[in-house]
Amino acid sequence: MKVLVAVKRVVDYNVKVRVKADGTGVDLANVKMSMNPFDEIGVEEAVRLKEAGKATEVIVVSIGPAQAQETLRTALAMGADRGILIKTDAEVQPLAVAKLLKAVCDAEQPGLVITGKQAIDDDSNQTGQMLAALWGRPQATFANKLFIEGDKAKVVREIDGGLQTVEIDLPAVLTTDLRLNEPRYASLPNIMKAKKKPIDEKTPESLGVDIASRLKVLKVAEPPKRVAGVKVPDVATLVQKLKTEAGVI
Amino acid sequence: MPTYKAPLRDFRFLLNDLLNIQNYGNLPGFAEATPDMVDAVLDGSAQLMEEVIAPLNQVGDLEGCKLDNGVVTTPTGFKAAYKTYCEGGWNGLTADPEYGGQGLPHVLGLAMSEMMTSANMAFGMYPGLSHGAYEAIHAWGTDEQKKLYLPRIVSGEWSGTMNLTEPHCGTDLGLLRTKAEPQADGSYKITGTKIFISAGEHDLTSNIIHLVLAKVPGGPAGIKGISLFIVPKFMVNADGSLGARNGVMCGSLEHKMGIHGNATCVLNYDGATGYLIGEKHKGMRAMFTMMNAARLGVGMQGLAVAEIAYQNAVSYAKDRVQGRSLTGTKDAGKPADPIIVHPDIRRMLLTIRAFTEGARALALWTGINIDLANKHPDPAQRQAADDLVALLTPMVKSYLTDAGYESATMAQQVWGGHGYIRENGMEQFVRDARIAMIYEGANGIQALDLVGRKLPTGMGRLLRRFFHPVEQFIQENVAGPAGKDFVMPLAKAFARLQQATAYVAEQGLKNPDEAGAASSDYLRLFALVALGHMWAQKALVAQAKLNDGAQDRAFYETKLVTARFFMERLLPDTGSLLAKVQAGGRTMMALDAANF
Repeated sequence: MKVLVAVKRVVDYNVKVRVKADGTGVDLANVKMSMNPFDEIGVEEAVRLKEAGKATEVIVVSIGPAQAQETLRTALAMGADRGILIKTDAEVQPLAVAKLLKAVCDAEQPGLVITGKQAIDDDSNQTGQMLAALWGRPQATFANKLFIEGDKAKVVREIDGGLQTVEIDLPAVLTTDLRLNEPRYASLPNIMKAKKKPIDEKTPESLGVDIASRLKVLKVAEPPKRVAGVKVPDVATLVQKLKTEAGVI
Repeated sequence: MPTYKAPLRDFRFLLNDLLNIQNYGNLPGFAEATPDMVDAVLDGSAQLMEEVIAPLNQVGDLEGCKLDNGVVTTPTGFKAAYKTYCEGGWNGLTADPEYGGQGLPHVLGLAMSEMMTSANMAFGMYPGLSHGAYEAIHAWGTDEQKKLYLPRIVSGEWSGTMNLTEPHCGTDLGLLRTKAEPQADGSYKITGTKIFISAGEHDLTSNIIHLVLAKVPGGPAGIKGISLFIVPKFMVNADGSLGARNGVMCGSLEHKMGIHGNATCVLNYDGATGYLIGEKHKGMRAMFTMMNAARLGVGMQGLAVAEIAYQNAVSYAKDRVQGRSLTGTKDAGKPADPIIVHPDIRRMLLTIRAFTEGARALALWTGINIDLANKHPDPAQRQAADDLVALLTPMVKSYLTDAGYESATMAQQVWGGHGYIRENGMEQFVRDARIAMIYEGANGIQALDLVGRKLPTGMGRLLRRFFHPVEQFIQENVAGPAGKDFVMPLAKAFARLQQATAYVAEQGLKNPDEAGAASSDYLRLFALVALGHMWAQKALVAQAKLNDGAQDRAFYETKLVTARFFMERLLPDTGSLLAKVQAGGRTMMALDAANF
């Protein structure tokens, strides 16, 4: 079984994101970029499946600028076998990503596709679900545990207030949650080997996918700064303020 | 708890823009070291150091190592972290591929060792000592010894140590008493006591390979009668499996000021089986292979501790609000301004930064020359690089640890009273950094090595390896746009170094005590000029990058400001150092010992 993992190059989770002065987006100049942490969990899960003899090949796909190759190399250093870079400098929204991944699925025929439940830059939480719909295959989102049993997968999902276990037919789409696994540190020999692993370059055009934006960003703004609080003399004043000023009760 | 972020941007700048390691693609190991590979390797090791090794630094300090009936237990977490480090293959970064290493350039090894030491100095010493043992066996061992020991040392399955010091002899190894009696099978029985043995006994590895200096009875007296032996903790069978416990036991652990996470052992050898490595009575030559590598490693410790101390001083200075700026309120939203508004806080932070970034450049430049000395196809180039490394080694060891310690106390000072409190971790840096000035040849000994051994070698041949490129750099750039700000100050300091050198050479010939009296100040003067040379070059590169419209403007502009600070605030010390050198040694030698 081939396992396909989608990996996105995003602003590193340690970076304090700043909004551009003109409010069109966030400032990416000289900002450290790395693999979306949920995708890293996806790569780890795929590599573990291969180590357990459940998967035969791990393919990683990234969509983005030339530098997204570094993200693919990181995944290859963790143990993925080969990469596919769908190169574009344009903004790619979840629907376009899902369509591109669908095109890759058609070509590669994977038994399982893993995506992060969301990317930490736009927090859309849509790609995996859209891909499952386009591909016409089952989905198990927010995976906490995965067991491959023949041509089915048993997935424990994180849901509000607990865990839910579902069984799905393969091929299927899985989206990872934070507690699915703890990604490994890439080893030095694997970092060096990763350089020699193949990365196939494609473009949205070569896959015949229209990636035009369907969503328009109106404005990006910093969250409001916290303002100083006030001390109230007694409960009555508090209740009154909650009623009249805050309007919450 | 202090935190650590590896200075990856600075490493990239130094390796790619200053040292241009991509130009050495013809040397073994460098072809692999393309900028993207170097990035990936540094990123990968940085992640391990930041997330796995650094969090154990304070744990190691508080718990220390424990000895129970000869068995040493390392602090909580060390064993698991060591396993992660070894499984990642990091121990073999620069090691010979024939023995399982990755054969990457030594200069990358130095970068990783800085990161590991910043993260956790006591932890980093375990692989550090193994690396010294690796170097000695690799350079002097027989093929059989190499095949038997090296693959397991490279993988980290076994570790190594250096055994020089005895209770009555440290600097003067000619006095040592440990005996090696020849046996019929060609091995030796080693008997004696070694002290201050770092990583001498621990639970991280299944075996420990001790490299031990001892005297074979009947050999020449003093230093010329010393031989080097391999003494494994567990006997090693021909297939590499472990046999009986050898007669070397840890008698006690030293109670030390710092580096509590590293086991500093008294090792008792009681007829332990040892194997000669290298020639009989020529042990010092082999030991120097280890010692030179170790001295650079110790120099890196000074820099590394200064780096993490700096990072935590900066975050405190930005966070701690106290009083108002001298020029009026800067942050009206807070009850007081963060202390980083104050010039004196900035003086301390910039002093540390001008040191660490200059020292990092000097260390990596030394590292690249180690690679050239080992790997360059042209013997003349190898010799030139080797000479330069020999000259720079006492400076890297001594100045980087002196200034590293000063930096650690300065960073502690930024924290005020909270810097004196154990939980905050700043005082640990001070205690840890202190040893680096002492071991591997106390800094005074390094200064004597510089004036007594390195300067006279080949009638100043070593010296010329440094003087000529500096002279050339000054001539080529003094008239350029950066001449006034960055090259003139270097030229002035360099002239002082030349004057001091002439003084030391002339007076030292007449009276060796004069050379000895000048040595420490001379070394510091020399090291400042070496850092000045690095800063001037960095300033030129940074300016060129800015002129080319580099994206990362803030990085290069910060480099220029720090370079200027170095030229204005650190390099002028060369003036007072020259005055001290030229004052001569008469006051030092005037008093009768009884009058002290």
